[in-house]
Amino acid sequence: MDWLFLDAAFTGGSRDECSAKAGGACWAVIGERLNLFTYGFYPVAERWRVNLSLVLLIFTLFPILFEKAPYRKYALHIAVAFPFVTAWLLVGGLGLTPVETDQFGGFMLTLVIGITGIGFSLPIGILLALGRQSKLPAIQIFSIGFIEFIRGVPLITLLFVASTMLNYFLPPGVTFDLLLRVLIMVTLFASAYMAEVIRGGLQAIPKGQFEAADSMGLRYWSAMRLIVLPQAMKISIPGIVNTFIGLYKDTTLVIIIGLLDPLGIGRASLADTRWTGLSTEVYLFVAIFFFISCFGMARYSQHLENKLETDHKR
Amino acid sequence: MENMVVLHKRGGRNLISSLNLRRFILLKKIVGMRVTKFLAIIAVLFSFTVMADAGTLEDVKARGKLNCIVSSGLAGFASPDGKGGWQGFDVDFCRAVAAAVLGSGDKVNFVPSTNRTRFAQLNAGEGDILFRNTTETLSRDVDLKLTFLPVNYYDGQGFLIRRSLGVTSATQLAGASVCVQVGTTTELNLADYFRFNKMEYEHLNTGTNAESIIMYESRRCDVYTTDASALASTRAALKNPSEHVILPEIISKEPLGGAVRHGDDRWADIGKWVVNALIIAEEMGITQKKVKELAKKPGNNPGMNRFLGTEGNMGEMLGLDKKWAVNAISAVGNYGEIFERHLGPKTPLALERGLNASWKAGGLLYAAPIR
Repeated sequence: MDWLFLDAAFTGGSRDECSAKAGGACWAVIGERLNLFTYGFYPVAERWRVNLSLVLLIFTLFPILFEKAPYRKYALHIAVAFPFVTAWLLVGGLGLTPVETDQFGGFMLTLVIGITGIGFSLPIGILLALGRQSKLPAIQIFSIGFIEFIRGVPLITLLFVASTMLNYFLPPGVTFDLLLRVLIMVTLFASAYMAEVIRGGLQAIPKGQFEAADSMGLRYWSAMRLIVLPQAMKISIPGIVNTFIGLYKDTTLVIIIGLLDPLGIGRASLADTRWTGLSTEVYLFVAIFFFISCFGMARYSQHLENKLETDHKR
Repeated sequence: MENMVVLHKRGGRNLISSLNLRRFILLKKIVGMRVTKFLAIIAVLFSFTVMADAGTLEDVKARGKLNCIVSSGLAGFASPDGKGGWQGFDVDFCRAVAAAVLGSGDKVNFVPSTNRTRFAQLNAGEGDILFRNTTETLSRDVDLKLTFLPVNYYDGQGFLIRRSLGVTSATQLAGASVCVQVGTTTELNLADYFRFNKMEYEHLNTGTNAESIIMYESRRCDVYTTDASALASTRAALKNPSEHVILPEIISKEPLGGAVRHGDDRWADIGKWVVNALIIAEEMGITQKKVKELAKKPGNNPGMNRFLGTEGNMGEMLGLDKKWAVNAISAVGNYGEIFERHLGPKTPLALERGLNASWKAGGLLYAAPIR
């Protein structure tokens, strides 16, 4: 505690200035680099676009996450536009100054990768899980093959393929944005895990429910949408959130292919000769950020479980 | 009887094989045509590749930015500053090339890379040039198809040890426990050195520099060995740097330099002569402050005039502006200034020039003349 707050220096231009002031932690390094930790190398003049995206994110997530939010019905429709608007805001073009995606970094990069992965892996995962149980052999084989292949390969390998191998296969001159490649790989990876989590939920639904749906004359998609999936998803909530959290933390692996997420920014900052040796402070700061986001997700999942509790817990 | 059967069989086989031979020739003719066509297509594709590669200079000019591969964080050589820019010794070489080609040292996109991905990124075209504290070796030059630029930092492997142990030379290290990063040339050099000097040692593998520091600080090992420049930054990061010494022995050669892809000699030439120009500027005493003034009109030193573009057409020959060297120097200063700014005695790394002094001062820096 003394080291953390009482004895700590909060201002200063270098580690030496810090240690001249106080014997504890040197938080000045975080203060000086807060912008770098938040926006990475995003051009200073365009940072309002990142801020605006964050505001939009909050406005989109709120009605999705909380049933009591006002105007929820309309908000959900508007939410569909969110990915496109944000992508436009962040990357630019169409009237905005284009920003190369290699300027992305820090918390912003984590959020972009994490939210894209989370947002797309759930629907893809559901389709894969249904596909795996499908009676059509082609769909079933594709789903099983996809899931088992992706699960059988470490994420790092996929990221390496995304970062280096693809360029060898593509014709010369054709470049394919690195961040986009990473987003696709991370999403595919998370989808495979998601599919298995949801399959677990599907298999826990008693056969009677399927038969009941059939006897109501419901077609496949209606039966799934109205009867099977709501129950299956409820059962899978802990597993789903588990996968989300895992995915979110896995975003730090992008450091290996040279994208600077908060951990990468932290490591790079330690290489600044003015701040070398402050690893405890930097890593603690990054850890706090990840803890807050992950703990938040865990708490929300608990809230959701309680809300959906229908009293036939076994 | 048996023999006859065998003969018969043999005859039959011959018949078949001669028939096969004819068919085979026919087949070869058809396939041969296809193979030639195939090769022709490949050749066309290849020529496209070469064409695309041959124009790195044009690509960079069209883009208006130089993509430069640097380390994602190495003290003194490359690290992001608080304002979203990059600083460091390697970074300044990128800026110098950008200034020579595009007229401004700010027209650089820094592409951070790790030890593992740097060459793949360069070969895949994600960067035009690489300045990443990279040792020039035969296998990297030939097998990985890189063209190395002149050496910009002569490094070598050294030893870091606690002062209190009273060791003053690496030859007294018999029986010591040594931390070394696994899978590096450093590890091999270490084994060679102790074998050659007939000393025993206990060797502790670590994954990264940071891990090594923790091992060394917690006294799991007596000695830490890696490149001397990295040792200097490690020492600067320790709690009481003065309690630790770097032993005088340097046990390996690590010539660090920039690199470009094979297959574009014009671009390689530009990289090479920018590095040379920074070294020559120091020899001639051309500094960042003075360069604009000196370049205003031709002086009485023909060599300096050629350098400054007030005489001759050196820039044109390179395919650059005639003020290419002036632009490079006014962006980052000469070699000596770059060194002082990021690695020299006034920085926390406190590295001496040593081998990296100009040949006039007893070092190894000796650039071919610009004429």
